[in-house]
Amino acid sequence: MDWINAATQGILLGGLYALFAVGLSLVFGTMRLVNLAHGDLTILPAYVALMLVNAFQFNPFYSIPITMAIMFVVGYLLQSGLLNFVVGKGDVAGVIVTFGLSMVIQNGLLLAFTANSQGLDAGRVENLSIKINDRLAVGWLPLIIFLMAVVVITVLQVYMGRTKMGRAFRAVSDDTEAARLMGINTKHIWAMAMGVALLIGAIGGVMMGIRTTFDPLLGNQRLIFAFEAVIIGGMGSAWGTLLGGIILGLSQTLGAQAFGSAWSILVGHLVFVIVLTFRPQGLMAKTVTA
Amino acid sequence: MSLLEIENASVYYDDFQALYDLNIKVEEGEIFACIGANGAGKSTMLKTVAGLLVPRRGRILFDGRPIDHMPTHKRVEIGISSVPEGRRVFPSLTVQENLIIGAYRNRKGPWTPETIYELFPLLQPLKKRQASGLSGGEQQALAIGRALMANPRLILMDEVSLGLAPVVIKRIYDAFPTLISNGCTILVVEQDVQHVLTVAGHVACFLEGRIALQGRPDELTNEQITAAYFGV
Amino acid sequence: MKTAATMSPADGKRYNVWVASRTNLIILGFGVCVLVVLALFPLFAGIPWTRRLVDFFTLLALASFWNLMLGYAGLISVGQQGYIGIGSYTLWLFADVLHINPFIGVIFAAIGGAVIALPAAKLVFKLKGGYLAIGTWVIAEILRLIVANIKRTGGGSGITIQAATKLGTDVRVPGSYWWGLASAVIAIGFSYFLLRSRTGLGLKAIRDNDLAAESSGVNLWRMKLYTYVIAGAGCAMVGAIVAIHLLRVQPAAAFSVNWTGYLIFITVIGGIGTLEGPIIGTLIYFILREMTSKYGEWYFIVLGLLAIIVTIWSPSGLYGLVVQKWNFFLFPLQRKVKIRAAATEPQAVAAESGGTTV
Repeated sequence: MDWINAATQGILLGGLYALFAVGLSLVFGTMRLVNLAHGDLTILPAYVALMLVNAFQFNPFYSIPITMAIMFVVGYLLQSGLLNFVVGKGDVAGVIVTFGLSMVIQNGLLLAFTANSQGLDAGRVENLSIKINDRLAVGWLPLIIFLMAVVVITVLQVYMGRTKMGRAFRAVSDDTEAARLMGINTKHIWAMAMGVALLIGAIGGVMMGIRTTFDPLLGNQRLIFAFEAVIIGGMGSAWGTLLGGIILGLSQTLGAQAFGSAWSILVGHLVFVIVLTFRPQGLMAKTVTA
Repeated sequence: MSLLEIENASVYYDDFQALYDLNIKVEEGEIFACIGANGAGKSTMLKTVAGLLVPRRGRILFDGRPIDHMPTHKRVEIGISSVPEGRRVFPSLTVQENLIIGAYRNRKGPWTPETIYELFPLLQPLKKRQASGLSGGEQQALAIGRALMANPRLILMDEVSLGLAPVVIKRIYDAFPTLISNGCTILVVEQDVQHVLTVAGHVACFLEGRIALQGRPDELTNEQITAAYFGV
Repeated sequence: MKTAATMSPADGKRYNVWVASRTNLIILGFGVCVLVVLALFPLFAGIPWTRRLVDFFTLLALASFWNLMLGYAGLISVGQQGYIGIGSYTLWLFADVLHINPFIGVIFAAIGGAVIALPAAKLVFKLKGGYLAIGTWVIAEILRLIVANIKRTGGGSGITIQAATKLGTDVRVPGSYWWGLASAVIAIGFSYFLLRSRTGLGLKAIRDNDLAAESSGVNLWRMKLYTYVIAGAGCAMVGAIVAIHLLRVQPAAAFSVNWTGYLIFITVIGGIGTLEGPIIGTLIYFILREMTSKYGEWYFIVLGLLAIIVTIWSPSGLYGLVVQKWNFFLFPLQRKVKIRAAATEPQAVAAESGGTTV
C-alpha cells in the first residue's frame, strides 16, 4: 500500500533534514547564535559541487569530500571574520546580521547562476532502488542519505564525548566565560563549530543536489525545515534532531499521501505547531542546570 | 621582582569606574588575601588579572612582563589560573572531565587527576558524576582542582567560601599549604574575613575601588581592619 | 513647557521633571504644518508622485510597527510579511466577496491581523530570541500556504481586486495615499503615546533588562502580547492598503520575506528603538531604491551588506550616531531633570543636570 511507501520515504527524508538541522543546533548550542543564513549555506555547497563537476568532469559523489573541506573552511572564516563579532551581543544583532548574510548569499548566487534550477547528475544511482516486496521499493540514494545522517551523528557524539576538542565544545556550550578561564580560545572554538556545522550541511546539500534540483532561493525553506526538526526533536540533543527530522519527514510524506502533494509542507508545519504547543521543549530535550 | 604587579590600574565598566589607580604586588609563594565589602572592587581586580577585563589605564605585570592586553586563554598558558566566583564548574561534564579540561593548555607540573583526588578525597567517588549533581562544597573542591590542573604559578580564587558550611571552608583552607609547597602562589578574594586571615601572609582591604589598608595580618589590629572594611 | 512632576525632597531643592523643551515644541508645531501639507499633497501633485508617497508611507508605517516590537518589547519578527499578506487577502475578501467598500475594508483587514496575531503570539512566545524569529517566519509561511492552496483566492497566481479597479485611478490612488499617510501617522503616533505613558516606561524597561522589569511589577508577557498584536494589526492594515494600491494580490509577493528584508534594513540604518529612526531609515531606503533598483540582485546585496556593517559597527544606527554626538532628540521621549536651588535662596538659579536619560 502506498502508505507504507510514503512512511518509508518520510523516515528517510528525516535523515536529510537531520543533516541540515544538526549544524543549526550545534551552532546554537555552542554560541547561542541562530544562523538565519544556515539554509543558504547548505545550498551553497551544491553550487560548489556543480562548479567542481563542471571543472573536473567527475561523478558528483567525488565532489562531496572536497566540498565538505571547502565548506569547513568557509564556515571557519565566516565565523572568525564576521559572526564572532556578533556572538554575545544579543539576539537582535545575530538575527539581523545573519538575515543580511542570507540576502547577500541568495542574491550573490542569483547573480552568478541565475534563478534556474540546477541539478547534479550522478548517473544511474539516482534512480536505483532496492525492491523489498511487491509494494515497497526503497531508493538507494535516500537510504544512503539516511545512513550518512546516522553515521554523522554517531561520529559527532563520539567526538563530543571523547576528544579534547569535543570536551572544549561542551565546556564552551556550558559556560563560555569559565571556558575562557580554563585556557580555551573561545573564538577558535566558535569558528570550529561553524566549520563543522557547514561541513555536515554540505553532505546534505550535495546529496540533495544529486537527488533533486536546487536553486538559489531554496535556502529559506531549508532553514525552516532544519528549525522545525530541531524544535520537534528537542534542543541540545543530536539524536533528538534525527527524531525531529524523521517526524517532520513523516508528516510531510503522509500529509501528501492523505491530502495531495500541495499540502505536504503545510502538514509538516501543523505538526510542528502541535509539538510546540504541547511540548515546547521538544521530544528528547536535554536540560542540564548547574 | 614580584610574581604579579598591578601598577596604577584603573578599570571601568562602561562609564562606571570600579578601580582607581590600584597598586598591588604579590610575591611568589605567598598567600595574598583581598578583603572588602560587596562591590568594593575585589572581583573586578581578579577579572582584570585573569584577562576578562582590560584596564583603561595602568599595567599588569606577570613575572615582569606586561600582560594587560594578553587574551585570557594565553594567560592560562603562562601560568595564571582561576577559581571563579560561584564555582562555575561545567555542569554537563563529569568530575573527571572537568579536571581534564583544566589541563587544556598542557602545562607541566605536579598536578594530575590522581594528585587532585589525593588532595580532595571527597571527589574520588564522584569521578564519573555530572558536575551539576554535586553539592556546593564538592563543586568548590572541583573548581579548585580544575584550576590546579593547569599547573599554575598563580591561582586566583574568588570568594571560595561563599555559601559553604564552616567545616567545608576549613577543609578548603587546610589545602592551601599543599598548594604553596607545590609551587603555587595564591591570590584570594573573600568577603568572610575570619578564615582567610588565618592563612594569609599579606592582606589588602578594598573600599570603593581603592585599597584602604595593606599589610601583614599579624601587624594589623582588628580595629584597623574593621575600619578599613567599612570605611569609617 | 509642561512639567510632569514637581518634587520637594528633604534637601530643600525643588526638582522639576521636564518632558519637552521649547525646541521640541517648535518642532511639534512645524510637524503639524508638515502634516497639513502632506494631507493636501494629492490635490496638487500628479499621480506618479502620489504613488511614490503611498509606497513611502506604507513602508514607514511597517517600519514603525516593527521598530515598536523590537526596540521597545524586544521581539524580533522576521514574519511580518504574514500579516501583510493576510491583510491583502482580507481586503480582497471584504471588497470582492462581501462587497464592502475597499476603503472600509482596510479596517476589517486590521482586525483580521489582530485576530490572527493573538493565537500566533501564544505559540511563538514559547520560543526565545533567534528561534522566536524563525517561529514568526513559520507563521508567515503557514498563512501563505493556506491562502495559496485555496482555489477561490486564485491560488498561486493571485487575484485582482475588482472593487478597487472599479474605483478608477483618480479615486484609488489618492485614497490609498490618505490611508497610507494615516497608517504612518497611526504607527508613529501609537509608538509615541505608548512610550510617554507608564506602559511606555515599562516597555523601555523591558528593552533594558527583562529581569529588572519583571521584578518591578511590569507585566512583561502582556505587554509583549499587546505589542505583537498591534504590530500584526498594523501590518495587516498596510497590506490592505497595498492591495488597493497595486490592484493585484499574489501569495509570492504579498507574503514575501523581502518585506522583512526592507524593514530590517530601514530600522537598522535609522536606529532601533528610536521613533525618528524609521523615518530616516525609510528616507535612506527610498533614495537607495531610486538609485539602484534596476540592478535587481545587487540592490539586495547592498541592503544586506549595509545592514550587516551598521549592526556591527554602529549598533544604534546612523541616527544613533547623531544622537550620541549632539544629544538631540526629535521626539521628546527622554526626561530631563532640572535642578532648582532651594526656595529660600533669593535668586532661584535653574541649572540643567545634563540630559540624564530615564
